[in-house]
Amino acid sequence: MIRYRLLLLGPLLVFLAATYLIPFLGIVRWSVTLPEPGLGQYRAALTDPLVTGVIWRTLRICATVTVISVAAAYAITLVWVRGGSVARALSELCILIPFWISVLTRAFGWLSLLSNRGLLNTWAQQLGILSEPLAMVRNEFGVVVGMVHYLIPFAVFPLASAMRAVDERVLLAARGMGAGRVRIFWQVFVPMTTGGILGAALLVFVFALGFFVTPALLGGGNSVMVAELIWLRIFQSPNWGLGGAISVILMAGIALLMLAGRRFAKGPGQ
Amino acid sequence: MIRLKPGPVSITLAALVAVFLLMPLIAVIPVSFTPTRYLSMPSGEWSLRHYRALIENPAWAQGIWLSVRIGLLASVTATLLAAAFSLGIWMLRPAFAGAMMGLALLPMVAPPVVSALTLYFFLTSLSKVNGVIAYDTWAGVALAHAVMVAPFAVVLLSVALGQVDRRIDLAARSMGAGIGTRIFRVILPNIRFGLLTAFFLTFVLSWEEIGVTLFITSVNAVTLPRLMWMGLRDNIDPAIAAISVVLIGIVVVALLIRTIWSLRVGGRDPG
Repeated sequence: MIRYRLLLLGPLLVFLAATYLIPFLGIVRWSVTLPEPGLGQYRAALTDPLVTGVIWRTLRICATVTVISVAAAYAITLVWVRGGSVARALSELCILIPFWISVLTRAFGWLSLLSNRGLLNTWAQQLGILSEPLAMVRNEFGVVVGMVHYLIPFAVFPLASAMRAVDERVLLAARGMGAGRVRIFWQVFVPMTTGGILGAALLVFVFALGFFVTPALLGGGNSVMVAELIWLRIFQSPNWGLGGAISVILMAGIALLMLAGRRFAKGPGQ
Repeated sequence: MIRLKPGPVSITLAALVAVFLLMPLIAVIPVSFTPTRYLSMPSGEWSLRHYRALIENPAWAQGIWLSVRIGLLASVTATLLAAAFSLGIWMLRPAFAGAMMGLALLPMVAPPVVSALTLYFFLTSLSKVNGVIAYDTWAGVALAHAVMVAPFAVVLLSVALGQVDRRIDLAARSMGAGIGTRIFRVILPNIRFGLLTAFFLTFVLSWEEIGVTLFITSVNAVTLPRLMWMGLRDNIDPAIAAISVVLIGIVVVALLIRTIWSLRVGGRDPG
């Protein structure tokens, strides 16, 4: 039995330990040994105004993105789960097409739409609405739009499973007792999907924290987030110790969030 | 049973979200026909020069071929490792299964940038002892992609195994089937769709992987996404629009076929 255990479970675990776990410990070692042994890099990461500024901006952008993505995903999921067959097919396409398209293509799409010579600015100028192009990318606005676009499909899946689990009879009972559509929605349906909303919010927030490509392309260096800062500290103005320390802090933050999420999911009321 | 269908307000909001989701994908189309060398809308004159560039510039074909090779190697490796692991968890129900699952899913739940830095550390360390599986080589990228996509295969295969009736395996076992027969003749045939899905998904994930690839390549292992990144980062090259239109077209056609198929076959309301 032991032999099968090693043959089946062993390969993946050894593979990931060698390629991921041990190298990650190497990053941890960077963070406490470069340039000199000690916790200096962690102190720097948590006190240097440049780094803390980036951390605050990351948290602010991620919170904004989470709220907008979950709200937008809720609207389209509602139709996907509860609409008629045509509405369902259409909304499913609108969710799945962006989901399967690479993050680069999607970021490029937003550049095509929002940049100074892009679709919106060209039209607005031709129609005389704008005289100067409006800066919609290479700033925080562009980053938020691009991230929301990337994350909506991910928020849809937890919301959809929560909505599918709602017992139809409860809604019918509410209607039978005279509740209107609006009241059924806000006082019955939404409370019954709270678990899905929180799950979606946690997923989106965690994904958003480690985001690199979209902020780098749509922020154009003007709205650096934590992931891009790590990249800059490794490749552009090297300070490997600081890059390592920020990575460890990010990893710890996400581990805490997920633990909190699990604790919450197991807690009373579920 | 009467279903409470979404009303006009919900439909309108959902339609707005749908427009938001599709808008940037549509905006790419006119840009790809611009006659200029920079990102702009074609005014009057439309040109196919950027599509021609895709064919004439060998860098694109090289990038695509490299991404296919890397995707195949990474997805085969990841699916095989994940299949053995998921089978092990399902059949043996070992102690510490939770901790093992945690390690198996680590590259998926960790922030991508931390994974990227970790794999950069790993491959540059390997570069010191060999030149094949190393920083900025195709084998190195394939190995790193296998690490990143393996957790997705584990999730898919665990779900597939969860739907297999354990009594089938017990029946085979009680009739004297050895562990090899149980795996290859009984369990794997029952999860063949899961295996195919895992292979397909891991291939697509590797095919479009960019976060980790940026950290572990520079000038030699230029995958298709890496090539697109270079065209996006510095001076936005409208050839990116042309390749984007091609990639979006493939996804849209594939999903449309699937949707029409499912409307025809399973037109019944599952609700």
